Amino acid sequence: MDLATLIFWIIAVILVGSALMVVGLRNIVHSAVALILLFAMAAGIYVLLDAEFIAIVQILIYAGAVTILILFALMLTRITGQQSRTNPTNKQWWIALVICTLLGVSIIYAATTSPHAVATVGSDSGQLPAGINNVVRIGQLLYSPTQYSFVLPFEIASLVLLVAIIGAIVIGRED
Amino acid sequence: MGLTLNHFLILGAILFCIGLYGAISKRNAIAVLMGIEIMLNAVNVTMIGFSFFNHVKPYSTYLTGQIFAIFIITVAAAEAAVALAMIIAIYRKRETVDVGEIDIMKW
Repeated sequence: MDLATLIFWIIAVILVGSALMVVGLRNIVHSAVALILLFAMAAGIYVLLDAEFIAIVQILIYAGAVTILILFALMLTRITGQQSRTNPTNKQWWIALVICTLLGVSIIYAATTSPHAVATVGSDSGQLPAGINNVVRIGQLLYSPTQYSFVLPFEIASLVLLVAIIGAIVIGRED
Repeated sequence: MGLTLNHFLILGAILFCIGLYGAISKRNAIAVLMGIEIMLNAVNVTMIGFSFFNHVKPYSTYLTGQIFAIFIITVAAAEAAVALAMIIAIYRKRETVDVGEIDIMKW
């Protein structure tokens, strides 16, 4: 077992464990804190997969912004007189468990038996041109107007963010 | 043996199912949102795994999986902001965030 595989197993165990803590803990604030751990471990997986830029973005946006937003929403929607069991499940939780187990088993079966069109084993052929790192390459792919790039979806994403900002302000405003 | 694509696909599948369980079995609306965030992260793990194991030139140099993941993160951030604003607005009107009790659209 090489070092990358060992790191993968450590991160994967913490990742699945923190995901189980998010859905399993009784106090919802503890769930939100476990969510921070989950996002940080997912960033570790992205570093392992040579996606440094997305790992940085994951830490900044998810572990920074989204969890703070969730904690603020928890603070603003505090149910008084109910402190210990703030994260209850509904009465059909066992049906949900059966559905999710069946879905997981079928996805894993499909993933392990299908002949993938991409290589299933990593190699050092190099996806990036010489002298260009991951962040530079993603910048080229997002912004370049002349080469092959995703500049139009990028502009549409800015529109989506603008609509989301205005929508959040309009919906959350007191009137 | 080293890492294969199946490692990351199975990790993504397990995370997705845990997130789905949280999203459909929780009564607190914010816990539902946390389940959805776990599902989106599971999809990102799968996407970046596919991107890493793609060695077909010239497509592997386009890093399509990573670009997809960036757009998923963008949309997820927008969705979290709007959804939490909606939850706070509902809490202000109805004094609850229980998705079983928010039934004003039920016929």
